This record gives sequence, C-alpha cells and structure tokens, in this order.
Amino acid sequence: MIFRRLRDFGLLIPSALLVAIGFASVLANAGGELGNTSLIYGAVFLGLVAVAHVITTIALPDADPYLLPLIAVLACFGLVELYRIDESLARGQATWFVIGIVGYTATIYALRKDYRVLRDYRNVLALAGVLLLLAPRLPGISNPENGAYLSVALGPIRFQPTELAKLCLVLYLASYLADNRQLLVQEARGPFGVLPPLKYLLPLLAVWGATMLMLFVIQDVGSAIMYFGVGLALLYIATGRLLYPVAGLSMFMVGARLLYETRPTIQNRVAAWQHPFAQDLYDKPVGGSYQLAQGLFAQADGGMLGQGLGGSIVTYTAETGGTYPLPAAKNDFIYALIVNEVGLVGALGLLLIYLLIVWRGFKVATVAHDSFSKLVAAGLATVFALQVFVIVGGVTKVIPLTGVTLPFVSSGGSSIVANFILLALLLLVSDRARRDTRADLDRAKGGAWR
Amino acid sequence: MNQGIRRMFVVVLGLFVLLIGATARWTVVEADDVNQNANNRRPQLETARVPRGTIRASDGTLLARSVKQPDGTYERRYTQAAEEASQLVGYAFTNSGTDGIEKAHRDDLTGKVSDASTLLSALRGNERGNDVVATLDPKVQRAGLAGIGNRTGAAVAIDTRTGGILALVSTPNYDPNDFATSKGAEKVLTDPRSPIYNKATQAGFPPGSTMKVVTAAAALASGKYDPNTLVDATAPLMAASQPLFNFHGEKFDPKITLTYALTHSVNTSFGRIGQDLGPGPIAEAMKAFDFEEQLPVDIPKEHLFESGVYARGTNRLIPVDENVDIARVAIGQERLRVTPLQMAFVAATIARGGDKPRLATVQQVLDPDGRTVRSLGGGKSAGRAMSRRDAAELTGMMQKVVEEGTGTASKLAGLSVAGKTGSAEVDVQKDLVDPWFIGFAPADNPRVAVAVVLNRIQGATGGVDAAPIARAMMQAAL
Repeated sequence: MIFRRLRDFGLLIPSALLVAIGFASVLANAGGELGNTSLIYGAVFLGLVAVAHVITTIALPDADPYLLPLIAVLACFGLVELYRIDESLARGQATWFVIGIVGYTATIYALRKDYRVLRDYRNVLALAGVLLLLAPRLPGISNPENGAYLSVALGPIRFQPTELAKLCLVLYLASYLADNRQLLVQEARGPFGVLPPLKYLLPLLAVWGATMLMLFVIQDVGSAIMYFGVGLALLYIATGRLLYPVAGLSMFMVGARLLYETRPTIQNRVAAWQHPFAQDLYDKPVGGSYQLAQGLFAQADGGMLGQGLGGSIVTYTAETGGTYPLPAAKNDFIYALIVNEVGLVGALGLLLIYLLIVWRGFKVATVAHDSFSKLVAAGLATVFALQVFVIVGGVTKVIPLTGVTLPFVSSGGSSIVANFILLALLLLVSDRARRDTRADLDRAKGGAWR
Repeated sequence: MNQGIRRMFVVVLGLFVLLIGATARWTVVEADDVNQNANNRRPQLETARVPRGTIRASDGTLLARSVKQPDGTYERRYTQAAEEASQLVGYAFTNSGTDGIEKAHRDDLTGKVSDASTLLSALRGNERGNDVVATLDPKVQRAGLAGIGNRTGAAVAIDTRTGGILALVSTPNYDPNDFATSKGAEKVLTDPRSPIYNKATQAGFPPGSTMKVVTAAAALASGKYDPNTLVDATAPLMAASQPLFNFHGEKFDPKITLTYALTHSVNTSFGRIGQDLGPGPIAEAMKAFDFEEQLPVDIPKEHLFESGVYARGTNRLIPVDENVDIARVAIGQERLRVTPLQMAFVAATIARGGDKPRLATVQQVLDPDGRTVRSLGGGKSAGRAMSRRDAAELTGMMQKVVEEGTGTASKLAGLSVAGKTGSAEVDVQKDLVDPWFIGFAPADNPRVAVAVVLNRIQGATGGVDAAPIARAMMQAAL
C-alpha cells in the first residue's frame, strides 16, 4: 500500500520540472543578477511538497492521489512568479508553506479517526466564522485598504480572516443541510404552498442576512459572492430544487442593488469596473480604476504566448512591498502578472489545473458515502472554484474587482494556511470515501473482517 | 445528491469558460487597443528595460552604449566620437525619442528583428539588443569637422566600393547626451544655429558650379559632345533675358574644349550647353542621379531632402522644363537646391563608373554573442546613372580640374584626385558665397568620394575654402 503511494511520487515530477525550468528562465532573464543560492528556495519548496506527500501517504493511504500533486504545481507556479518579482517574496512564501504544511498535518492528525465529529460543532463553527468576518472591523486591528475591510493587522502579521471563515461556513452549511435536507425537500407545504416551513429556512435566511451584513459592514463584494454562492450551491445539492438558488439569487440581487444605491465605495468600484480606461477614473487617487487598467495593460502585453518567465516588466520596492507598473502583482494581481509572462496559453494551463482540482473535489463528493461528507467536499470544491472566479474575474473585468487571493499562487500567509486546511479536509473525506467503498466491495465479496 | 454535484460542476465549468474568454479578450482580441492606450506606459518602459546594443564606428571606436540605472532601467551614453557625428548617430532616450542610426536601426539595437536567428532570444525574452557597427570612420569625420570649424557647413564622405557613409558632418553638432533630460533637449532644439537639423542631408544649398558635372554627364550622354568638343565661351550669354557672365567677370577664348570649360568652370559655355541640350536631357541626367527623390539610405526619412528645382520660398519641387531658365540650371543657379549627400552621391557614382551605390550608415549587425546577424553587401548597386565610357571621360575631365583648374587645393601627394569646385553666390551685394567641392580619389581606382559645402562665407570660392577640407577628408580616408 505504502509502496503504491510512494510510486505516486512520479506525480510530483511536473512541479519539480516547473520549479527547475521556472527558476532557470527567471535567472536567465535577470542576466545572472540573482544569486544562484536563491535556487535553494526552489529545492526547499520541492522538499516540503515531498514531505507533505509522505505525510499524506502514511496518514491517508486511500486519499485521492491527484489533489496534492495538482496543488503542488500551483504552489510551484506561484513560487516561480513570486521569485520573479523578488527573491524575498519567494523566501516568505516558502516559510508560509512550512506553516501551511504544519496546519495541513495538524488537521489530518486531529481528524484522522473521523472528521465527521465536526458535524456536531456547527454552532461553534458558525460563531467562529462570524467573529472572523467581523474581526476586520474591530478597532485596534482593523486595516482598511481601498475602502474595504479585508484584513486584520496583528502586529506585523496581516491576516485575511475571510480565508478561514470560508471553511467555517462550508462546514456549518454541510452540517446543517445534512441534518435538515429531508425536511427542506419534503415539507413543501408552507405559507405559499411551495416553501418549507419558515423554521427550517430560518438558518438559511440567517446566512443570507449575514452575507448582506458582511457586504454592508466589510464592503467586500467578492467574499459575498463566494459565501452566498457556496450557500446556494449546497442548498441546491442538498435539496435538488432549483427554486432555492433562483430565489436566493433574486434576494442577492435585491441586496446588491440596495448596497449599490447606498454605498459610494461600491458605486466607485462598479464605475471603475465598467470604464477602467476612463481618464477621470484612472486618475482618481482612491477608488479609481488605475489598478484594473494596469492589470489589463499587463495582460495585453502578455498576448498569446507571454513575455516569457521573468520577461515582464515589474519592479519591486522592498520598503513598501509595492510593485510597478502593475500594482499588487504579488497577491491580487498575480493573475495579470502570470498572463503577462506566459500569455493566454499559460493562463489556460493555470485555469485548467484549477479546474482539475475542482473536478477532483466534486469527484470526492460523488463517491462519499454520507450526505455530510458529500456536502463538505462539494462545498469546499465550490468555494475554492468561486475564489478563483472572484479574483480572476475581477482582474479580467468579468465582475467588479475584489481583493481575494489566487489560492496557492498569491503571496499571503492566511490564504496558504487556510487552503492547506481545505485540502486536508478534502483528502480526509476522500480517504474515508474510498476506504468505505473498498470495505463495501470486500463485504460484497464475502471477504469482510478479514 | 450526485446529480446536483455534477450540475454544480457544470456551472463551475461555465464560470471558467467565462474567465478564459475574458483572458482571451485582453490578451488577443483587444490587445492592440489596450497596448496603445494613452495611459499605458509599458512601451516606453520596455525600451528602457532592454539594453540597446552598442554602436561602434567601423574602426571599433565606441559611439554609444547603455548603462544600467539605479532603478534597473537602462540609459544611453554617447562618446566624444558620437558627439562629433551627432547627426549621424542620433540619440535614444525614453523621454526624448530617437534619431539618427538610433532611430533607423531601432529594431536591430533593441533586438526586435524577428528572423530565425533571434527567435530563440525572443522565446526566452529579449535580454539585450544587437550591436551595430556604423560605416563611420572617426578620422574622416574629425577631418571634416575640423576643416569646417566654427563655420556653418556640411560634408559627406562615401566609401565608393561599399556605399558606406564614412563621414556625415553638419555644423554645429550637438551632444546627444543632452537629450537625456528635457531641459537639455530643449537647449539643443531651440539653438538658433539648429544643430539638430542635418545640413548634410536635409539642407538644400544652391550647387553652383558643381552642377556642371551633371550638365557634363548630360552632354556626354547626348552623344553630341565629347571631352574635346569645342564650345563657345563668349561672355555674356543672354539667358532668360538676363546677361550671364563668368565668375568675377573672367574672359576666355571664344572657342574652348568641353574639358577646358569644366576645368575653369566657364559659365557661359555650360549655359550654352544647357540651352543646346534643352530641359529634357538635363532633367533626365538629374533624375539618373536620383535628384527629385529621396536617396536610398538608412537615414530617418524626415532628415532627407529631395534635391531639385524648387518654387521660390516653398518646399515644392517644380519640373525642369521650358518654364525654367535652363542655362542657369546647367551652371547650378536658378532655383536649384541640393544636399551635400546628393552631390557626394553624384561624385561616388562617377567614381564607380556610372554605377550608383546603395548608401548605408551601418555595415554590420552583431547579436549579443558577437555573431553577424546582417552585413552590408559590399558595393551593392542602386542602378546605373551613366555609361561606363561617359563616366571614364568625365573622370578624366574632373582630374584636370584638380591638376590645373579651380580645384588645385584638393591635390593629394602621389595620388590623382578628380573633382569639381563650386562657388554659389547667395547674396551678391554682401558677396556671400556657398563654396563647394565634390570629388573622389584616387581617380584611377576610387575609394572615397566627398562633398563639402560651407554656408554664406564672404568672398569665398570653392577652390580656396572647400577644396582643402575635402582634401583633408580624402587623405584621412586613404
């Protein structure tokens, strides 16, 4: 068994190649001005991936073998791009990767007997999620940027609570819906004849309310799309009724409209989204379209094949952590930087990897045996996909821009840690599902309890 | 529940298709518009980011190189030799744009030429532009510059075998490094003596008697004349109802040979030849030497002036026909305006036996590893202006000019020189003259052709003022 999994080491070859080629081209493009010693970060990074692989092999021998290698490709891609911006960012990313793997390992070991204990803690998780979301507004640690309250500052560490809150939300919803889905489907005789009794809908309305509140309080459109989207998706998966997402979307629209009418920040953001090249919006010092326009310039510069790894124009100012001409190239706009360097073709590859991860996630959901597990896996896969959609959609002008990270690629501690925990949860579900399936098969063959 | 999960994946698939479509929109569909957006400074940053290749003179003298700035961008630095040939080399700065070789060979210098040999470097991103070797010979350039001194003038020297421009002097010159700052650029651009204006290629001077070489070519080509044909030198000659005299009222025998007329630059004889031939053959000879069009040379087009007859006070070429005073066109007066480059081109063409050279300012393009990307084909032809026999006869006549005529000041010890002087009177009252000399050497096996002109020099003659400069340049080139 362990030998079979160790053989899966071969799946890590793409990441290893990516790191090797990526670092080599960045070095070549920098004309040897980067120290060769910095290649060590690449080696350390690959070592960490291998460690994570061994841990998974030992602790979760039946887990999906493709998820970790796919994530490793993303992480390595991110590392190369960060290294391309500045060596120090790659060092930071490698450090966070260590912490992420610690979180990953801790999650697996804490829940390896049965992660389904989480089902019993849903109220705790809900409370934790709400607290995390409100944290950026708490005096003393709030850290507003561009009129949005997305992160908290604990001393030198910037932390985006959204990242962890999304896990709490998914677990809460999965737990609640697993317990009540029968009622939501069957008790279709409510006040209007179609809706289930109000008391069963109440928690869902609460989620909607919380999301709207979040929009008003944190003014974070992207997170709202993520949370509300995953809420609707799970409601639909749990009940199989299209009515819920349709009704939910209408309610969301009403809330969004109301928000737009009352919040100038949101109006600015929508205006900048609609007309990123308008001179007055471009020149606006705060809440303008400068960032988005620069992101589009970077993508246009990339074209079909890109400028090559390390070939794009980016200068990094270590004191402020800023990049020029593309702002926030290390986190929110890393997708624009990637398109700049590897073009449409490379971006397609990146999106394909995300899609494969999401596909494996949904796959785990379909093979899981109980509804809680299914909902957890589907919820995690959905929230992961929506996060990619929110940031890439924002950078490519599909939706108004919100600063969330590109999972496993952007620089940023909380994002890496949270997404590693997300991965750990998915693999826990996957391991359990496959083990149960095998046990079922064994039992069917009469070979149970061997 | 599995059906719902699968449907959810389809929704995600749809969202990702949206993302791919949006990325394609910005990278391919609308990329050109976005790249050209006025707020997009990436093109300028790109030029500052990729170090241009160096520019060297043909003898290896460094002219221009790129220096890394503290902010990681690159900036051009020009040497003394580049300053001496400022109008030829030009400049390249992010804020001021480009000129000269820097402009004409921008794609070479930034490594943007997309032939197979640079495809690899394009794939790994351009790290450095190609190096360029100019045809410039700093010795010849310096000789011309020193000869003109602080007067306004221009001089061109052409390698007759390759068509390479050895010297392109235009005074005053400027320091290309000044264009690094907008203040420095302003200083050069507002200088009343217009150093930025390339007087060798852009200024139309009256050619004076140097034009007689073209008239002689027309005469030989007509078949009615050979070097010993006798021509009438009686003064004055009535042309366009105005009497035409010789320079300083000089008198000659009534009947002289064509060779003698050229040697002593006899206006009355050449005026009569012009009248005898008529506008057609003269216009034909001018066109054969590429008058009335831009010369084939890698100099930015805005610096190229088309030599010919211009409507007075305008930049409008008028045809050489019955409406012009053909006698005065034949002796380089009327409303003729020619560039020093044009006259050097005429001299080089005669030197090459009537074969026009393909002019060039760059002889070699080298990739960053020192491999030759492209080199100037030695002595490529740009077509024939006159027959080999006519060119040989004209060469013999021009040798006489230097041996015993007006151009003796261009004589080189031990070498035969062919040439022609010119002294175009631009202000008769103040006795202001544009003195000229065109020629080539050695006459029997030419290697260098030159044209020199000075602007508005009191009491000057081509033989006294321009010929020694030409001599110094030819000497430096040989």
